[in-house]
Amino acid sequence: MAIEKHAPQAVNPAMFCAGCGHGVLLRLIGECLEEYGVEKKTLVAIGVGCSCHLKTGINCDLIQSPHGRAAAVATGMRRAEPDMFVFTYQGDGDAYNIGIAETLNAAYRNENICVFTVNNTNFGMTGGQMSWCTMPGQKTTTSPSGRDISITGAPIKVPELIATSFAPAYVARGCVAGPKEINQLKGFIKNAFEAQLNHEGYSMVEVLSTCPTNWGMKPLQAQKHMLENVAPYYTIGEIKPRKGAN
Amino acid sequence: MGDMVKGNIAIAEAAVRAGIEVYAGYPITPSTETMEYLSARMPELGRTFIQSESELAAINIVMGVSACGRRVLTASSGPGISLKQEGISYMQQLNLPAVILNVVRWGNGLGSLDASQTDYLRETRGGGNGDYRNIVLAPSTVQEGVDLIYEAFDIAEKYRTIVVVMTDSGLGQMMEPCEYPDFREITKCSWGLDGSYSVKRGNFLGRDIQAESDAYITKVREIRENEQRWFAAGLEDAECVFVAAGMPGRVMEGLIEEMRAEGNKVGLIRPIIVWPYPDKAFAELRAMNPNVKGFITVETNGEGQMIEDVALYAKKNGFGMVPCYAITQACGVPKDDMVKEAFAKIVRGEKKEVF
Ligand SMILES: Cc1ncc(C[n+]2csc(CCOP(=O)(O)OP(=O)(O)O)c2C)c(N)n1
Ligand code: SF4
Ligand SMILES: [Mg+2]
Repeated sequence: MAIEKHAPQAVNPAMFCAGCGHGVLLRLIGECLEEYGVEKKTLVAIGVGCSCHLKTGINCDLIQSPHGRAAAVATGMRRAEPDMFVFTYQGDGDAYNIGIAETLNAAYRNENICVFTVNNTNFGMTGGQMSWCTMPGQKTTTSPSGRDISITGAPIKVPELIATSFAPAYVARGCVAGPKEINQLKGFIKNAFEAQLNHEGYSMVEVLSTCPTNWGMKPLQAQKHMLENVAPYYTIGEIKPRKGAN
Repeated sequence: MGDMVKGNIAIAEAAVRAGIEVYAGYPITPSTETMEYLSARMPELGRTFIQSESELAAINIVMGVSACGRRVLTASSGPGISLKQEGISYMQQLNLPAVILNVVRWGNGLGSLDASQTDYLRETRGGGNGDYRNIVLAPSTVQEGVDLIYEAFDIAEKYRTIVVVMTDSGLGQMMEPCEYPDFREITKCSWGLDGSYSVKRGNFLGRDIQAESDAYITKVREIRENEQRWFAAGLEDAECVFVAAGMPGRVMEGLIEEMRAEGNKVGLIRPIIVWPYPDKAFAELRAMNPNVKGFITVETNGEGQMIEDVALYAKKNGFGMVPCYAITQACGVPKDDMVKEAFAKIVRGEKKEVF
């Protein structure tokens, strides 16, 4: 799969920390917006968290949703403007903790939107608190002795929940580690775009992502940690492939 | 005269005629007839009806529709309106218009299904976090509800603000003859998002908060100046001025005529818009009749909420030393006898003023 040589015009070098996975995902989304020619007919609902950086990071019409409610805001956009390309961009805390009702219900209704969630196993923006995706034993500022899943519950797998409980068009989990994973992720994002553009319905792509700042690691160390310790639990691949595709 | 229609349904139909393209909501008594009616009416017209998973989702769907510059309605009551406050606050921050119907039911928490004005202070003071005010319309008849919600969308778009139409279970459930306005042509507001990214955003860091606040307050002041509305009667010679809105206002319109016929020098201010409060009604009263000896609100809540606005605007307009009383009952529609008895107590000096 060839990657475009020029930087996509739809996105700007954003303000994420060095080695943050958000920037990679944003770049891939920018490439797809251009490749599918929808950069001037796109509406974005962002979550609250490091996704707030999309306010300056993406040159598209965008609404800052209340924390967790992006899928509901996107539902409104979708119903108001049936011809636009509509997606949400949210963190794991936003989409799966506070916003789990809105996230699941948009999937349940099979809204024809794309939902991109950045799973960095913590609340990055607010300084690294525990999220529902925090790994067992992972130290965060609110699980200082390591996450004890006997009292907090175990890391949540929302894509699997949606793929098995509802009838979405497409669900996948990718990862922003090396070129191989990034190319694979780009394929997942393209499928999500196509699912919406072909009116197949709801799609979610969860993206395992690094948060070197709050993990207390150097960028490369964070990548290694993600591949070795996070990816085995959060299996990468298509969880619900598109009908008739592949 | 038009057909007899239930308040909740008449108001829903008027919103349809005002051009709503989407309704999103979650059922709660006593507002549910509005959404039940629209669940059939919207698809019939090729428009969108969404039964959302919660009021929280509903108001966020409203935000998405409004961001696209399209007309949208949500309706609820009691705890459902509480859940909408987060979205209302966000929409105020983004200058997004919407109309919200609050069919007020009594109480805190789950409350009860009774007609009441317990949400008065919350509605008129904002309700969510931040420094904003919603325009609050308080109809007292089904026809007035129809006319006001039809106009509410124009007002909301004119200022790009939230307009709350505040009725109560009594008005929502009551059947009255009503005439509907014509269908308005559906248009998209010029500022609505269309994918072109024509309105550039700033960063969320490094904002000029003072400038943002100043811009918002300029709008608030413009609304205060332009959007005061009230009904007045008997003020020229009134020694005692009743102030009542919504259903109690309707009761008082009839009752002051009766009381005047019985020789009482009483008048009435019935605010039709309760935020902005009708400051000018008090200014005109002062100019015409400086001899007012007391203000009396009639309200359906615990100890009076609107009384606070009455005392403030009385003071502002030179009635600073005039006592302000509240005649209240927690819920329901005030009965003539109850009001008359309380009034007699005030006259005899047996009921203390609130302010
Ligand atoms: C109602 C509400 N509660 C709390 C917050 C504070 N807050 C902002 S971002 C955030 C967590 C974001 O975590 P996540 O969605 O995982 O995004 P990340 O920064 O990790 O990408 C929280 C708790 C808020 N903005 N609103
Ligand atoms: S805090 Fe974490 S998620 Fe946020 S920008 Fe920095 S590295 Fe990325
Ligand atoms: Mg996160």
